[in-house]
Amino acid sequence: MNVQPEKLKANDFASDQEVRWCPGCGDYAILKALQRTMPDLGVKKEEVVFVSGIGCAARFPYYMSTFGFHTIHGRAPAFATGIKIANPDLDVWVVGGDGDMLSIGGNHLIHVLRRNVNLQLLIFNNEIYGLTKGQYSPTSRIGTRSPSTPSGSLESPISAVQLALGAGARFIARSLDTDQKHLPMVFSRAHKHTGTSLVEIFQNCIVYNDGVFDGFTAKDVSAEKQIKLEDGKPLIYGKDRNKGLIIKKNSLELTSVELGEKYTESDLLVHNEKDRTLANLLASMDSPDLPVAVGVIYCDPIETYDQLISDQEKQANEDKPNLKINDIINSGYTWKV
Amino acid sequence: MVVNEPIKQNDVLPSEHLDSVVIRFAGDSGDGMQLTGGQFTNASAVAGNDLSTFPDFPAEIRAPVGTTFGVSSFQIHFGQKKILTAGDELDVLVAMNPAALMVEKSSLKKGGLIILDTGSFSDRNIKRAGFDTNPLNDTSLEGFRLLKIDISGLTMECVKEFGLGKKDSLRCKNLWTLGLVYWMYGRSRKETTDWLEKKFMKVPNIASANVAALNAGHAFGETAEISGDISKYNVPAAKVDPGTYRNISGAEAIAWGLIVGAQKCNLKIFFGSYPITPASPLLHILSNLKSLSVTTFQAEDEIAAICSAIGASYAGSLGITSSSGPGIALKGEAIGLAISTELPLIIVNSQRAGPSTGLPTKTEQSDLFQAVYGRNADAPLVVLATKSPGDCFRVSIEAVRLAVKFMTPVMLLTDGYLSNSTEPWQIPDLDKIKEFPVNHISNPEGFHPFFRDKETLARNWAIPGTPGLEHRIGGIEKSYDSGHISYDADNHQKMTDARIGKIKGISEFIPLQEFEEGDEKDELVVIGWGSTFGPINRAVFNSRNKGYSVAQIHLTYISPFPKNLGDILRSFKYILVPEMNAGQLVSILRAEYLVPAIGLNKVEGKPFKISEIEEAIKARMKG
Repeated sequence: MNVQPEKLKANDFASDQEVRWCPGCGDYAILKALQRTMPDLGVKKEEVVFVSGIGCAARFPYYMSTFGFHTIHGRAPAFATGIKIANPDLDVWVVGGDGDMLSIGGNHLIHVLRRNVNLQLLIFNNEIYGLTKGQYSPTSRIGTRSPSTPSGSLESPISAVQLALGAGARFIARSLDTDQKHLPMVFSRAHKHTGTSLVEIFQNCIVYNDGVFDGFTAKDVSAEKQIKLEDGKPLIYGKDRNKGLIIKKNSLELTSVELGEKYTESDLLVHNEKDRTLANLLASMDSPDLPVAVGVIYCDPIETYDQLISDQEKQANEDKPNLKINDIINSGYTWKV
Repeated sequence: MVVNEPIKQNDVLPSEHLDSVVIRFAGDSGDGMQLTGGQFTNASAVAGNDLSTFPDFPAEIRAPVGTTFGVSSFQIHFGQKKILTAGDELDVLVAMNPAALMVEKSSLKKGGLIILDTGSFSDRNIKRAGFDTNPLNDTSLEGFRLLKIDISGLTMECVKEFGLGKKDSLRCKNLWTLGLVYWMYGRSRKETTDWLEKKFMKVPNIASANVAALNAGHAFGETAEISGDISKYNVPAAKVDPGTYRNISGAEAIAWGLIVGAQKCNLKIFFGSYPITPASPLLHILSNLKSLSVTTFQAEDEIAAICSAIGASYAGSLGITSSSGPGIALKGEAIGLAISTELPLIIVNSQRAGPSTGLPTKTEQSDLFQAVYGRNADAPLVVLATKSPGDCFRVSIEAVRLAVKFMTPVMLLTDGYLSNSTEPWQIPDLDKIKEFPVNHISNPEGFHPFFRDKETLARNWAIPGTPGLEHRIGGIEKSYDSGHISYDADNHQKMTDARIGKIKGISEFIPLQEFEEGDEKDELVVIGWGSTFGPINRAVFNSRNKGYSVAQIHLTYISPFPKNLGDILRSFKYILVPEMNAGQLVSILRAEYLVPAIGLNKVEGKPFKISEIEEAIKARMKG
């Protein structure tokens, strides 16, 4: 008799380790959302590997009951690349914070994206260094006061999404730690995509940067300050669904318009996940009168690096079937004594 | 003069018998000296000589023509005796231009022969090389035998009929020169002719021109009246063990050794690397062997190279990375992680002169401290060293064996000289090499990832994809008893001791140190590691023949040392440690065994001369 294995539950993906983030940290919500998503992804627990670098977010693998590798600062994408190439059957997730992924690990992030290794890459962006006690990070806004910038930080913040587009990423999405409906949907989409899927998650650091995203995440403003992207649907938002995005006249910029007499829904831009230019425009919305784009910003799959590698190896085998190391060693000039 | 017909060996001329000969071909980077040297090497191997080669080329890819820093050279030492070094002093210098003469003339022995191309001795080239006056017209070359030939002119003449431009015609001059040197040493031209015809199959006139140049140079030796300056030499075949031989470079030997090692334990190779001189040949060789279960990955930097390799080991492959000193420095943190997570990993270091960028194409063995100590905290790993190009094969297999048996990173030390130089190598019977199969564990019962084998202290190797073995590892200290994160003080002491104990314990699983020459009853022991083997061995051999009571040991295992090494060292009155660094092994030996070892140190970017070591032995024993 074949016994159908019971479908796993969220709890089955929780490890037996005590979670050690600060009480109220946004990481708890992300962990919960992912544990809730995992059973629906149709993967076996033993085939899942979580890889992380260093930082608060990088503790993530310890709390999942899958395989996990907590590596060194910034390098998780490089470890994950090796894991995925060595065993393409594994379901590989990379987790890191903004410091891990965009500062010390910026180089590896760029290259994993351009190679398009088939894995999910989650950036928990809290715009601060948490584990080292509150220094400003590469995503901190200009003027951020921190132990290392008592008079305010001077550098322009980096945009994970724009960087990813520049690096040739084929799947880019954004979500929020607290949005327990949206986040699992984004995780599922990221998992479904074949190739490197980058997900930036705005995550609140309750100790060192509390409320930094309140401007668009607080309950009373979120509907007015966020636009949830849906492929093929008009770019519409607002509590009363009365705002939308169009291209500004005589420019290549987005602008927000109110629906009513002058504009109707049919005037609005329609989201197209395969449109790189639109993705760039959506990613770069950062003025106070424009919403923050969340959801799948860009998705346009191409062949993955791991697949191309295994194709090349297959080809090599076909080109030289039955080649043995002994043949190589005995090739070229040899002589008998 | 055009000669297309192969010319028969001229047996009329009396030939002088020689034990061994050292030749250096030197010219501009674009003169094809490496190719010329490589062909002469094959021809000498085919003639049955033992040999050793030393390619020496500039760091610049295309240095300006005629400059001293653009000189590329290839040295070969061949003979009927066992050849262990590329030779101290040159018997013959082939100088294709004034710059080559300028750079290399000091290496020539008194009375040595210089073959030079007068066609390249223009006023401009002479000045560019840094000569105040034309060395062919002053007394600066007194004491050497000179063979002045307008090689450029004669080459142009003999390739005329093939309708090449001036530039392409002149490019044949290395083959002309090679033809002449072939004649001098009675080498067969057949292999080179075949090789040229194959190489230039698509451009037959270039193939024919090169073959014509080779034949013309050879014919020149036969017919020109150059007696007095030059004659034919006879260097008989060396006596070597019967078997099939080939020439092998250190880089080839490592690549093949790693593959054989991986096959002996049934693992796929993942090779993550980032280009760096002089380590890149290994990446190139392995990239061509994909059908032998080898995956190569050119990473975005040195750090990603090693991290991807560690990731692959974590996933169940044999992770390998390769670099040279500066790149190894960048990998340091990741090596620490591999030590902490106790994953098998091989790190090949093709050492070069440093610090920092140093002399990228020049050899040195100054990364021993880096290999043994170069990480934060107490981070022990296995360090192995190779002593000759052929030895790289054996040691690479051993590196794989130790990495997987003991779940540890292994640093494999080679150097720029070993990677690039070649020697004849008896092709082994691969079936006779012992297998050491790896079993990734699969039984979840009582499993934890840091459960250790009682004998080897190696931890379990449980790989992702195995049901029931899901676990998390990382760089944070782990509990000895569960593998979970542990900040416990006593546990950290226990784990540190376990990591050190595991590496030290490997000395029970490696061969005892043996003597290369002599034994404990001698008065002085010369102890070395790496590519200094050749000159040390010859120097000790010569000294023993002169009546000195000298022994030699040469280390393959540096971490851990063989367990009898301390006893061996303590039985000698004098201990001499020649190294191409400022004194690294000597410090380790003194620290480890409290013995009065004395260093002989040199960092000139080139190997020791036999005579330098002989002098040091003599001085020590007089003192």
